[in-house]
Amino acid sequence: MAKVLIIGEHDGHNLNPATAKTVQGASGLHIDDVDVVLFGSDLDAVAAQAAAVAGVQRVLTVTHDDFAHPLAARIAPEIAAMAGDYSHILTGSTTLGKDLLPRAAALIGVNQVSDIMEVLDARTFKRPIYAGNAIVTVQVPEGAPVVGTIRTASFAAAGEGGSAEIVAAEARAEDPGHTRFVRVEGGGGDGPDLASADIVISGGRALGSSDNFAVIHSLAKKMGAAVGASRAAVDAGYVPNELQVGQTGKIIAPDLYFAIGISGAIQHLTGIKDAGTIVAINKDAEAPIFEIADFGLVGDLFEIVPELEKAL
Amino acid sequence: MKILVTIKRVVDYNVRVRVKPDGSGVETEGVKMSINPFDEIALEEALRIKERGEAEEVIVTSIGGNEVQQQLRTGLAMGADRAIQVETDQPVQPLTAARILLKLVEKEQPGIVFLGKQAIDDDCNQTGQMLAALWGRPQATFASKVELADGKATVTREVDAGLEVNEVDLPAVMTSDLRLNEPRFVKLPDIMKAKRKPLETLALADLGAEPAADLVATAYEPPPKRGGGKLVASVAELIGELKNKGLL
Repeated sequence: MAKVLIIGEHDGHNLNPATAKTVQGASGLHIDDVDVVLFGSDLDAVAAQAAAVAGVQRVLTVTHDDFAHPLAARIAPEIAAMAGDYSHILTGSTTLGKDLLPRAAALIGVNQVSDIMEVLDARTFKRPIYAGNAIVTVQVPEGAPVVGTIRTASFAAAGEGGSAEIVAAEARAEDPGHTRFVRVEGGGGDGPDLASADIVISGGRALGSSDNFAVIHSLAKKMGAAVGASRAAVDAGYVPNELQVGQTGKIIAPDLYFAIGISGAIQHLTGIKDAGTIVAINKDAEAPIFEIADFGLVGDLFEIVPELEKAL
Repeated sequence: MKILVTIKRVVDYNVRVRVKPDGSGVETEGVKMSINPFDEIALEEALRIKERGEAEEVIVTSIGGNEVQQQLRTGLAMGADRAIQVETDQPVQPLTAARILLKLVEKEQPGIVFLGKQAIDDDCNQTGQMLAALWGRPQATFASKVELADGKATVTREVDAGLEVNEVDLPAVMTSDLRLNEPRFVKLPDIMKAKRKPLETLALADLGAEPAADLVATAYEPPPKRGGGKLVASVAELIGELKNKGLL
């Protein structure tokens, strides 16, 4: 029974790009039977989007008020209840995927393969360890489903043009009643989404203040780019946490990445290794970021960045 | 209320890890070992909760050979009241770790189990969530703020969209993110005092936790290197290069 279940992620309006990337990652399994399951309180719009992802055979919609906000404690038992029908259960390694899937894996009784970056065969995968300083090949033992998160930066999104069947499914588990969503703060920026933008412009500690970060925002606006930041800039309070790029922030793969005033700690480099072209602007010519940048420009960012913006 | 904090002994985060030339693993010989930084943050938070008078006891635990006693002693020096070593000479993967921790939870009945969100060696990010599943209790992962009141915790979590606030009933599992706090430095007198604090060793076999089927690592390799780039002298040259590549 070779059959793949992908847990789709969405905000009630739009399918998260991580889901189409997970479908693409799953294509390396060479299993044709692929279901995407969606949990939500109103799924019409996102179900249609999921059905259009090439390679998806079936979209299962589990509609319930409990799923207005995705809570791992509520959804994990649903996934465990479905597990018997599948050989592979996958989702993107977003914060939701990282929160949810290990809980389901434990209920199913298996270890999870975290951050799959390459599919070698149906039970063999490559994944990064030690902040990406080593890549390990792991084999999943037979006798239980493969449960894994797909490292979204390693895969392009699967194309559109699919026409999956949409099937309503029933919730099978109960609300455990011990975990409640209160609110989410942040987001709401008007630029492109950091995780999926083609161009990302990140600022680091050298920006010096939240006000000074305006030069980054301004250049990003001009280029239609998303804004990112190093951990140091987030820790210093220049920008909110959701803009952090790196091992413990977002791992991204834009076509073009600007690292501005970022020295290039290994934890930051881990987050941008898959970028197409990396541009570094830094006044310290010895900064490690120049070792991996495709193009480096040494100088004062407060002169270079406005000059760049003007010249574009 | 007791708080149980897990501590994993890992290669220090300042060490540049290298893959062995024969691909059989990573070089750990003679390398500095430390408490997993996320676990240190978890322990700091537990200590602060105790210092606010919201918990009575902080217990640190680690799974491994006698070398983990070093990290447990550091945890005691930071301020934990006692330590439990679960002794095994085999590396333990997340589901087995969660099953072991569940046995400790049943024994100690903590109100909170605090873990780092991930260990910086295997980067799995699984054990806390797995323990919460097996225990049938809430999980508040990637925590950047924890407030306790009336048998409940309000936890701010770092998520892709920003900050998500969840309310969970205790007992619960929490996992720490980077910005939860800055761990304290250990002072010499505390290291001396920690030597007299209780450190209990339990044999893994005596706990009765069923080991899970492990993933099998078949090869290790260094990551692909990015090709070396070039320095440009001016903004105009940079724009020219980017146009050449069709990026502008």
